[in-house]
Amino acid sequence: MSHAVAWQPSASLEVLKKRSFILRQIREFFFQRQVMEVDTQALSAATVTDQHLAGFATRFNNPLSPQVQTLYLQTSPEYAMKRLLAAGSGCIYQLAKAFRNEEAGRHHNPEFTMLEWYRLGFDDHQLMAELDQLMQLLVGCEAADKMTYQQAFLQHLQCDPLTADLMALRQLASAQGFEDIAANEQDRDTLLQLLFSCVIEPLIGQQRPVFVYNFPASQAALARIDEGDPRVARRFELYFGGLELANGFYELSDPTEQRQRFEADNAKRRLVGLAEQRLDERFLAALEHGLPECAGVAVGIDRVIMLALKASRIDQVLPFAIDRA
Amino acid sequence: MANFSTNEFKAGLKIMLDGEPCNILENEYVKPGKGQAFNRVKIRKLISGKVLEKTFKSGDTFEGADVLDTTLAYLYNDGEFWHFMNNETFEQIAADAKAVGENVKWLVENDDCTITLWNGNPISVTPPNFVELEITETDPGLKGDTAGTGGKPATLTTGAVVRVPLFVQIGEVIKVDTRTGDYVSRVQK
Repeated sequence: MSHAVAWQPSASLEVLKKRSFILRQIREFFFQRQVMEVDTQALSAATVTDQHLAGFATRFNNPLSPQVQTLYLQTSPEYAMKRLLAAGSGCIYQLAKAFRNEEAGRHHNPEFTMLEWYRLGFDDHQLMAELDQLMQLLVGCEAADKMTYQQAFLQHLQCDPLTADLMALRQLASAQGFEDIAANEQDRDTLLQLLFSCVIEPLIGQQRPVFVYNFPASQAALARIDEGDPRVARRFELYFGGLELANGFYELSDPTEQRQRFEADNAKRRLVGLAEQRLDERFLAALEHGLPECAGVAVGIDRVIMLALKASRIDQVLPFAIDRA
Repeated sequence: MANFSTNEFKAGLKIMLDGEPCNILENEYVKPGKGQAFNRVKIRKLISGKVLEKTFKSGDTFEGADVLDTTLAYLYNDGEFWHFMNNETFEQIAADAKAVGENVKWLVENDDCTITLWNGNPISVTPPNFVELEITETDPGLKGDTAGTGGKPATLTTGAVVRVPLFVQIGEVIKVDTRTGDYVSRVQK
């Protein structure tokens, strides 16, 4: 009766062997650089406030307490790792499972493997250089190109993303064939993300990887704002072969500004009808204590493996993709 | 009609877009790690037949289209309309030239065709994958020639022109693939 049940792995055993080799290469890379591996907990009492990230929530029935507690699966290990940094861990890396609800497709699985690491005393450009070396090792690609977010827009859309107003971006999006969204969109960043994902991303990083850095301050996430040009944040992303591979920051360490950003996120969530999220006070308390000067980056390892193995779908490199969970 | 969200967009779902019923062909999820999610959707407009790609914000909703495919037998053309009949209920439906479109050349009496109805009105007519039609005109080719050379054009009773092997002659009935317009074989009468 079990004949029709697809119990077999999504990826072939051949692919899983190569996957194992890549994971070993990553561990060797950081061992040689004396970066300590950590494995923080995937369950947390709080989750992220990002408007565009949806966590999985579950309920903890504690045998020593009558109160049922809501716990969240991490969307990334960032807050836990920064608490370790604040506690004095020094440089650390982690190969973690990250969980993002409402995400599935050719390049998305709601549970995926994330490599995240933090380097004390590095800024974003030093960390990009290290990630570039790791990519060359894992994928066998050439050294990466670099361009600012502004350059990417100027070069491919003849538009300055730092100065264009809402109307100009709506006109541009409409001219690019996105009239359905452009007609009513009130949010500049949504239009910038649309143009970046659907127009620019397919054009860049085809021959070799490309770092795009200095994202608009409105999309700073957890990056610090640039001291010389407050219109941009010290945030970067890595793209190669039509895939978004990594997101990194010269980390924001100011607890007051971090709290303000969380509150601004919640205000945005209210505006679009999403429930507000309780702030992660343990993370904020760690920043109060003091996060050392550092840069950190998160890499989607399943996508890196896709590139290394020339796979076109994420399920081809996962032991059990969501449709076989 | 019910509304459908982008996560319900499966191949075959019919929705209204810009006042025209559309068939969903493909639906791909695109999302920057920290940004807005989008669905890139390939659709066919059911009246114009145009295939195009649209991008929506994930979670946007659209009105469903009251579109129904029905199998009817082709009866005759009265000069203005093409008439089809349900062989069980004997109910008849007339489609205009716009709905029949290019497929007029594949309509054979008594063949079962797929008629797409929008709000009860025919908007497109799809012939069977294979039809049999008689050749009314073609160059007399060399007898004994076998298939494999370039062939020759042949005009069929409906006016359709297809390439046939040289040995096929006027008056013969041939089987044609209506999806490609390719000759398949001769039919023994």
